[in-house]
Amino acid sequence: MVLKLGDSAAARRRWFEFGIEAIIRVLGFSTVGFVLLIFLFLLREGGAVFFEVQPANLLGTRWYPTFDLFGILPLVLGSLLVTVTAIAIALPLGLATAIFVREVAPPWAREILKPLVEVLAGIPSVVLGFFGMTLVAPLVREALNLPTGLTAFTGALVLAYMALPTLISVAEDALDAIPKSYRDAGLALGATHWQIIWRVIVPAARSGIVVAVMLGMGRAIGETMAVMMVTGNAARMPLALDAWFRPMRTMTATIAAEMGEVAQGGTHFHALFGIGVILFVMTFLINLAAAAPIFKKRRRGGLR
Amino acid sequence: MQRRMLIQGLGFVALSLAALVVVIPILFVVGTIVVRGSGAISWEFLTAMPSHGMKEGGIFPAIVGTLILTVGTALAAIPVGVGGAIYLAEYARDSAFTRAIRLAIINLAGIPSVVYGLFGLGLFVLFLHFGTSIIAGSLTLAIMTLPIIISTAEEALRAVPTEFRTVSASLGGTRWQGIRHIVLPQALPGIITGVILGLLRAAGETAPILFTVSAFFLPRLPQSPFDQTMALPYHLYVISTQVPGMPLQTQYGVALVLLALVLSLNVVATIIRSYFRRRRQW
Repeated sequence: MVLKLGDSAAARRRWFEFGIEAIIRVLGFSTVGFVLLIFLFLLREGGAVFFEVQPANLLGTRWYPTFDLFGILPLVLGSLLVTVTAIAIALPLGLATAIFVREVAPPWAREILKPLVEVLAGIPSVVLGFFGMTLVAPLVREALNLPTGLTAFTGALVLAYMALPTLISVAEDALDAIPKSYRDAGLALGATHWQIIWRVIVPAARSGIVVAVMLGMGRAIGETMAVMMVTGNAARMPLALDAWFRPMRTMTATIAAEMGEVAQGGTHFHALFGIGVILFVMTFLINLAAAAPIFKKRRRGGLR
Repeated sequence: MQRRMLIQGLGFVALSLAALVVVIPILFVVGTIVVRGSGAISWEFLTAMPSHGMKEGGIFPAIVGTLILTVGTALAAIPVGVGGAIYLAEYARDSAFTRAIRLAIINLAGIPSVVYGLFGLGLFVLFLHFGTSIIAGSLTLAIMTLPIIISTAEEALRAVPTEFRTVSASLGGTRWQGIRHIVLPQALPGIITGVILGLLRAAGETAPILFTVSAFFLPRLPQSPFDQTMALPYHLYVISTQVPGMPLQTQYGVALVLLALVLSLNVVATIIRSYFRRRRQW
């Protein structure tokens, strides 16, 4: 735009344009600010615990805040046990469903499947937790003849379904990204559709499937309400084989269950924020790892 | 040859069985909640204050609380989210800075909801002295929904063909005029869809409002943004775990109201998306 000196309307417009651009720039950068702010405030309240509590206590195997025992190990292992079990259930189901939708399903089946998976993604976690508590837990108790149905396994079962929508949609994208020429080459060699799926498409989509697993894991490890309502909330070390079928406590559930009853500014308060710091770092690393291939692809193909 | 085709047939059957194992529980969950909850739904249930330790009366304050929280979240999240998306789609170059923003968005999307709750407690409730209040909860939920809004809005903006911007510039329009009058109106349906998807997530969340807004039992409507309020998801958590002897039908009733609210928003988003996709002329 040509701008004459002293043309006040044009000058005003230029200032307006400059102002708008500055605002949008700030809004664009705000997300980085929020991540830093979140980390800062978690550290501000939770950092103290790493000084107030002896490292031996903090890394201990017993979490009994009323007796000043802040061993986070059972909580971390509880989270890992539930998460890994959930993914072990969700991965085969999710991958098979993604392959079914992409490769095998007739259009009408696809039209039913995809919205239903979206419905699952939309169900609030507290509703799934409620459902798990009132229906799945009694079922687990009776089927396995346990004293209580609120166990790590029940939690993993509910979590698996919560991780499924993420897993399915990311795995679908990964399968979708395989060039058509791969498939043609397989066909030209006389392979059946089934052979092409397992020997060509799935191996080629491997890195995308790994991303799906990572994102599903990130979702599962951070899940709070459903896990808290379904796992029975006993902070114990999951060491024996029967750990799956006993009550279990995760990091997220500990924060949610105990924050309401804690004195602000006390060691217990700081410890719960400390668990928040650990969760933040864990999900940060998981997402970083999941995002790495995406960024690599960006660099190769150019951003636009 | 025969054997290969047999294996393929068996394989396809296995795949469809897996899909069924995924789908049937979804139908079962929704179906059970609808069937068992619909008996609890009445005009009184939806519009009356709770009474007798929440065992009788209605859930009106929880419904209103969730609606207010959702509106508050929208007010805070939409300008920041859409602005951020405009920056990424229209202004940003592929620099280290831009990559940092993308990484930040991915991370915001991955932070556990209960950690958002801790953050809201630390920043809004304690540091800024908002107290446990609607405003603290709305702001917490808004930051949580940002990544959803930004990524869907950015996608909608990028879907608008470059020619639209070129033509606007060739007519003497500034960059912002092109965005404001040409690109944004074209991308609006996609942006609205993203906003709804973000908000329905916020409406159903419990963990972020546990320590920032929620009142266990508050049989009146909130009076100001600095008031506490009841909310549907937290109410369901409370009556299903903290109140002994709660009638099961009431619990299912609350679950149904929450589910209906969230899923109807979901349907609205889908309809907007498909309606405008069909009408689009480019």
